[in-house]
Amino acid sequence: MTLPNDPTTGPDPALPITTSTSEAADATTGAVRRPTTELLQTVRAEARSARKPVWKKLLTDPQAVVTVSLLVIVFGLGAFASLIAPHGANEANLQMVNAPVGTPEYLLGADESGRDIFSRLLYSTQTAAIAGLIGTGVALVVGVIAGLVGGYFGRATQATTEWIFSLIMTFPGLLLLIILMPITGGDYRVTMLIFGVLLSPGIYRIVRNLVLGVKNELYVDAARVAGLGNIRILGRHVLFVVRGPIIIATAFLVGSAIAVQSGLAFLGVGSLEIPSFGSMIASGFRNLYIAPTQFLWPSIMLGIITASLVLLGNALRDTLEGSKPKPSKVGAGQRVEAARRAGAGEPSTHLLEIRDLAIAYPDQHGGLNEVVKGVSLDIDKGQVLGLVGESGSGKSQTAFATLGVLPNEAVIVGGSIRFDGIELLGLNDAQMRPLRGKAIAYIPQEPMSNLDPSYRVGDQLVEGVRAALDVSKKEAKERVLALLDRCGITDPARTFESYPHQISGGMAQRVLIAGAVASRPRLLIADEPTTALDVTVQAEILDLIRDLQAELDMAVLLVTHNFGVVADICDTIAVMQHGTIVERGGVEKIFNAPEHEYTKMLLGAILDEETIRTDPPVAARRRAEA
Amino acid sequence: MIFYIAKRLGTGIVLALLVTLITFLLLSSSFEDVARTILGPSATPETIVGIMQAKGWDRPVLVQYFDWLVHLLQGDLGVSVYTSLPVADSVLQRLAVTLSIIVPALVLTAIIATALGVWAAARGGIADRIAQIVSLVGYLVPGLLLAIGLVVIFAVQLKWLPATGFTPLTEDPAAWVRSITIPVIVLAIGGIANMAAQVRGRMIDELRRDYVRTLRTRGIPPRKIVLQHALRNAASPALTVMSLEFIQMFGAALIIENVFALPGYGSFAFNASLQGDIPVILGIAAFGVLLVVVVNLLTDLANGWLNPKARVR
Repeated sequence: MTLPNDPTTGPDPALPITTSTSEAADATTGAVRRPTTELLQTVRAEARSARKPVWKKLLTDPQAVVTVSLLVIVFGLGAFASLIAPHGANEANLQMVNAPVGTPEYLLGADESGRDIFSRLLYSTQTAAIAGLIGTGVALVVGVIAGLVGGYFGRATQATTEWIFSLIMTFPGLLLLIILMPITGGDYRVTMLIFGVLLSPGIYRIVRNLVLGVKNELYVDAARVAGLGNIRILGRHVLFVVRGPIIIATAFLVGSAIAVQSGLAFLGVGSLEIPSFGSMIASGFRNLYIAPTQFLWPSIMLGIITASLVLLGNALRDTLEGSKPKPSKVGAGQRVEAARRAGAGEPSTHLLEIRDLAIAYPDQHGGLNEVVKGVSLDIDKGQVLGLVGESGSGKSQTAFATLGVLPNEAVIVGGSIRFDGIELLGLNDAQMRPLRGKAIAYIPQEPMSNLDPSYRVGDQLVEGVRAALDVSKKEAKERVLALLDRCGITDPARTFESYPHQISGGMAQRVLIAGAVASRPRLLIADEPTTALDVTVQAEILDLIRDLQAELDMAVLLVTHNFGVVADICDTIAVMQHGTIVERGGVEKIFNAPEHEYTKMLLGAILDEETIRTDPPVAARRRAEA
Repeated sequence: MIFYIAKRLGTGIVLALLVTLITFLLLSSSFEDVARTILGPSATPETIVGIMQAKGWDRPVLVQYFDWLVHLLQGDLGVSVYTSLPVADSVLQRLAVTLSIIVPALVLTAIIATALGVWAAARGGIADRIAQIVSLVGYLVPGLLLAIGLVVIFAVQLKWLPATGFTPLTEDPAAWVRSITIPVIVLAIGGIANMAAQVRGRMIDELRRDYVRTLRTRGIPPRKIVLQHALRNAASPALTVMSLEFIQMFGAALIIENVFALPGYGSFAFNASLQGDIPVILGIAAFGVLLVVVVNLLTDLANGWLNPKARVR
């Protein structure tokens, strides 16, 4: 039956019925994977776990071992039914009608027609296996081919296949199978053939999405340039990537096909001669008041088979796809397991004082891998500090820790962060609230993904203002409009009414800056505020930040990998590498007399940076291609 | 927005036409067998031809389909070959029974699955464990077994609820509730298992997005972030899952109806199919696809409302 364990709604059902492509959504929600510390952590963990072969990992997973063993036993018994079964599937003995459990030669008793239940169970297993094979086989063949074609070839092909499969998906399959009985004659093999087609959208979606993902990978491009034909590329490169999810889906598909075959047999579709769990359950159910245990045996067998397949599918998923992100309590605050607390006793003299901050991420073996190793920083009122370093050096992590928004996995293993004398580490969101917006504000890196796509720009800003300050909706709106104007937006009223996807990246960044300074914070943390923007806009945004800094007399922590950015805006600079600060000092001193090798190297790279930046950002390029 | 609705409506109409046409084409091969069945043992080649002519089944298939379509637009789906009852009336009557178990099950699913999924994603820890176990259990047991199990326990052993039969809502509301309780629970358990897992996954993704971090830094309370921002963005894909869930329940209901002997769409379709009652089968397919189209349209409209970007496409 098309019951819950139907994989068509399993892995990726959420694509809208029509041809919306996932990339379109990603372009605005920030799918551009910049090399961040978190990403590096994930990649490293993946690489480490990839060293062990999959089958070896499966062998150590009890869930996989137990379910596979159960399935092997059950289907093995079924395969040798003709040798093991004491009676034929349809061999009726009228003297044995409703014989009780334990009757000699009738281990589990006999049914309403005097047929041996145990023998019928064995033969039913064969039927289930064949049904599973046909249904799954058809679904795989149709789904994989259509997915490869639909994902790899042009837009028209893609739209057509997408349309066809959403059509298949939206029709109640079981109803169709019943309606078509005059044609199929109810033969379960023909029925399963059709059901396989009905199951195929699930596979199609998986394959298509994966193909879309790898289609523009460099190695596929390379293969194309090397002159490999489409078929070869699809077969060798693309199919290789796709195999994992298909194996997982197969386990669920077999389960569904068996469940549907049983359901149809239960209804009475098809020949009564075919032994099947469904028809056995139906017969036992009719006999419920006379022989209450008859329906139990086929139910148990069917239950064991489908449950084993689902559990096996889950085990495969865990092994092949690795652990999925686990949720944690929203607003619970950052995890602090600080063994070493620094500077707790001393009086704080600076606006922001970070002492020996250490942040770690869990690694494969349950240990912790430090990405920020004892960072110390000070910022005074109205002062601008540039935190410079390469991608993955831990600068954004330091900024996030200060804001109290490190990812769930991150653990603060040491140090202290004090703002205006208050220790920030260990505070949860509720305790941080009085500071947020009003005292410490944040400008993110990627403007588009940092606006909620479902709400108007203005409403988001008003919400922020009202969360930080106790003002009426009207006042907040006036304030936001004035701020948008101040941040260089030409038509504030119109932008206020716009949705994020209706404004440009540069505008979005201005909106986010407006949102950050709306409540006149004392410390502004800007995390690479210009990296995602076009070169022409970058300078304007920097000017804006500088002007606002002077106007509001804010302290600013400016995180960047670009020395060019910090030159004319910062008072002091801290250079970060591999999680530690290698050099600190005034702008003049760092630029004129850098001491550390790494600082010298970064300074030398300023020119290169400019050259690289003339390339359009990855996101823009992808959008242009799409 | 009007363009958006018109486009979706157009897609729906094409789907309906296509499904009915395909059904028609597939069934057309069996018209002669049906004629033979109607006549029974007395069938001769002449009488079969007679019936075929009388029913208009000897005309080209496309002509017949067009004819059927024209009548459909006038609200006329013909009469049953066997009972001579108007198809439209009997289909609607059966559909009402099936919908009266699907709709409550769907409402229950939507409420519980959303609550469970959001709770798991926003709380983590034990809440998440519970939600995942609930999902897994719902997946593990096929609906058929669940239905039979619940009947055996609650109807046969404990005798709390009727095992079979259906009382229309208009006749006796209390008896109606009792007659649909177990079927609705069976459908809802399967639905919740699927939906809760989906909502949980979407919510986890949403809560990890950049904008959530930015909202947090502005001091928006976690409650508001979860329920207004993340849930709203997760709602649109969840809604699509929900519309597929409806279609699944429609299929699953066919079997559940049989367990509980409910005079619903499923048994009606089954009997019509068994007898080869062509007009009835076509009527069933037409109403089935109509229902799907309406549900998809409602989903699209809701998505358009939830997701500003969808309106532009």
